[in-house]
Amino acid sequence: MGVRIIIAASLRTFTNRTPEVEVQADTVSAALSALTDEYPEAARGLFDENGDLRGFVSIYVNDRDIRTLKGLGTKLSDGDEIYLLPAIAGGACESVISTERMKEVKIEDKEIRRYNNHLQLKEISIKGQKRIMAGRVLIAGIGALGGVVAERLAAAGVGTIGLADDREVLLDGLQVQTIHSSRDIDRPRAASARDRLKKLNPNVTTVTYQDKLSADNIEEIIEDYDIVVDATDSFVTRYLISDACALHNKPDVFGAMYQFEGFVTVLCTGDAPCYRCLYPSPPPAGIVPSCAASGVMNALPGIIGSLMEAEVLKLLTGSGEPLVGKAIRLDSWNLQYRMIHTASDPGCAVCGSAPSIRTVQDIDYEDFCGLREDPDEEPIEGIEAEELARRIMSEEKITIIDVREPHERAIRRFPGTLAIPIGQLARRQKELDPEVDTIFVCKEGKRSILAIRTLREAGYTGPMYNLKGGLENAAQIIFPHEGAWL
Amino acid sequence: MAVSDHNITDKIDITDVTCPITFVKAKVAIEELEEGEILQIHLNSGEPLENVPRSLGEEGHEVLEKIDNNDGTWELIVKRGQEV
Repeated sequence: MGVRIIIAASLRTFTNRTPEVEVQADTVSAALSALTDEYPEAARGLFDENGDLRGFVSIYVNDRDIRTLKGLGTKLSDGDEIYLLPAIAGGACESVISTERMKEVKIEDKEIRRYNNHLQLKEISIKGQKRIMAGRVLIAGIGALGGVVAERLAAAGVGTIGLADDREVLLDGLQVQTIHSSRDIDRPRAASARDRLKKLNPNVTTVTYQDKLSADNIEEIIEDYDIVVDATDSFVTRYLISDACALHNKPDVFGAMYQFEGFVTVLCTGDAPCYRCLYPSPPPAGIVPSCAASGVMNALPGIIGSLMEAEVLKLLTGSGEPLVGKAIRLDSWNLQYRMIHTASDPGCAVCGSAPSIRTVQDIDYEDFCGLREDPDEEPIEGIEAEELARRIMSEEKITIIDVREPHERAIRRFPGTLAIPIGQLARRQKELDPEVDTIFVCKEGKRSILAIRTLREAGYTGPMYNLKGGLENAAQIIFPHEGAWL
Repeated sequence: MAVSDHNITDKIDITDVTCPITFVKAKVAIEELEEGEILQIHLNSGEPLENVPRSLGEEGHEVLEKIDNNDGTWELIVKRGQEV
C-alpha cells in the first residue's frame, strides 16, 4: 500500500533534506520502520533509546493526530498522508521583543485600566502587555483586512503602528473597510486610518507611509519594525514584502481573502516558509481576478483580520502557538476550516540553502508578476474615458465589448455593449466587425488588455482599443451622461 | 502581628477601584518587586478582600497576613513569589 510521509523542515536534517517519502505500509508503525530503513538517521530523531516515540514529535494521519486515532497502530489505506511534525516547528515562539525593551516599558495607572483585560490573562499578563507596548508593527495595505488589524492592534496598545498605503478612501470600499468612514472619502487611506487610531488609543504612535511600496523603499521602511503585516491585495506587493522580510529576518503575518474564504499564515520566521516557498510564481496577470473584482462578504475581514491580529500578539508576547509552519484556510459561508502544514523550500531563491536573490533590488516585481508590457509585443492602443464618452454621444459606429463577469456587470451596468467573457472571445470573434473600431472594457483596464492579446493570438485583425483604467476610472465621466446616450 | 513587623518594600492603595482592576493593580505592583520582597496592599473589605488574596495566591505569591483596620479597610501583606 502506498502512503506518503511528509516531513517537517526541522526533521529533514535526518532525511537528507527530503521533504516527502513514499513507503508501502499498512500501519503508522510499519510506515516509520520503512522510513528509518531508508534513512537510518531518522530513527535517532524520532525514537529515544528505549525505542519509544519522542515526545516532541507529533504524527498526523490525514491531518488527524494519531493520539486521537490508534497511535502507532493506526491502520493506513492507500493514498493516506502521514505528517511528521515536531513540536518546535509550530510550537511556542520566542518573543520578537527583547527582555531589555520589555523592561523599559512602565505601565501607568490609567493604562492598568485600559489594558486590564490582557493584564488579567496569565498567558499575556504584565510582561506580555509590556512587550505589546514596546512592539513596532508595520501594516501594509489599510483596506478591509489591514484596517481590522490596525484598529485592534491600536486598542491592544502596540507602541508604534506603521500604516503603509498609497490609495484613497473610496465609497466602493466602505462596506468592508470599517476603519474608514463616509466623511473620509477621497482622503488618503493612511491618513484616515491614523486619525481613527488616535481616537481609539492616544497612547499609540502612528507613522504613515503614503508612497507605493517598492524595491526602492521597502527595506528602509521595514527596518524600523519588529513585525510586518501583509494585508495587501496584489501579488507584486506580496512577493516584495515577503522577500524583504525573509532577507531582513522580520516575521510576515500574511492574510488574504476571496469572497467567503480567507487564508492566514506567518511567513519568514523560524521554520516558516516565505511566500515564494509557498508559491514560487504568481498566476499570469489578468487570469485570477484581484480581490477588488470579486467581492467580499462583509463579516470576513473581521474574522480573518482578527486571526492575523492574534498572530501579531503571539509573536510580540512570545506565547501561544503561532501559525508558524502552519496555515489556516477558512470558508466562512459553509463554516469549514482546514489547518495545513507549510514547509520552507530548500531550493527557494530567497530563503533556501543556496539563495540566488540577495536583495529586493535584484528583482523587477512588475515584470515577475507579468504586469510589465513585453517590448517585443505589438503595443495595445488605449482610449481615454472622455474620448469613449464623446464617441458614444456622437453615435459613432463602434463596438464595445464588456469582458467583465456577470456579477460585476450586475453591479455596474454598462448598456449598449456586447458582453463576452474572456474565455469565449476567440470562439465568438465572428460577432465583431473588423471594419469598425472595437473598444474593450473591464473593471480596472487590465483584463481588457488580456482580451485584446487573446483575440490577436486568435487571428483577429480589426482595430482594437483598451479603455484605460477600466470602468472604475471612467465611472465619473461616462455614467453621469448615461441618460443622454442610452 | 502588625504592619510594622514586616519589612515592607512597597505599598499600594486599591480602595479607589473595583474588581477586577483591584487585582490587576496589585498584580502590576507585586511584579515590579524582586522575589521575596514584600508588598503592602490597602484594600476594602468585601469583594476585594475575598478576591485579591486568592488571585495573588493563584499567581504564585504568598499572602503573609491580613490586618483589619476596623474601618472597613484592610492591609494585605504579600510576599513576591518566584518568577514564572
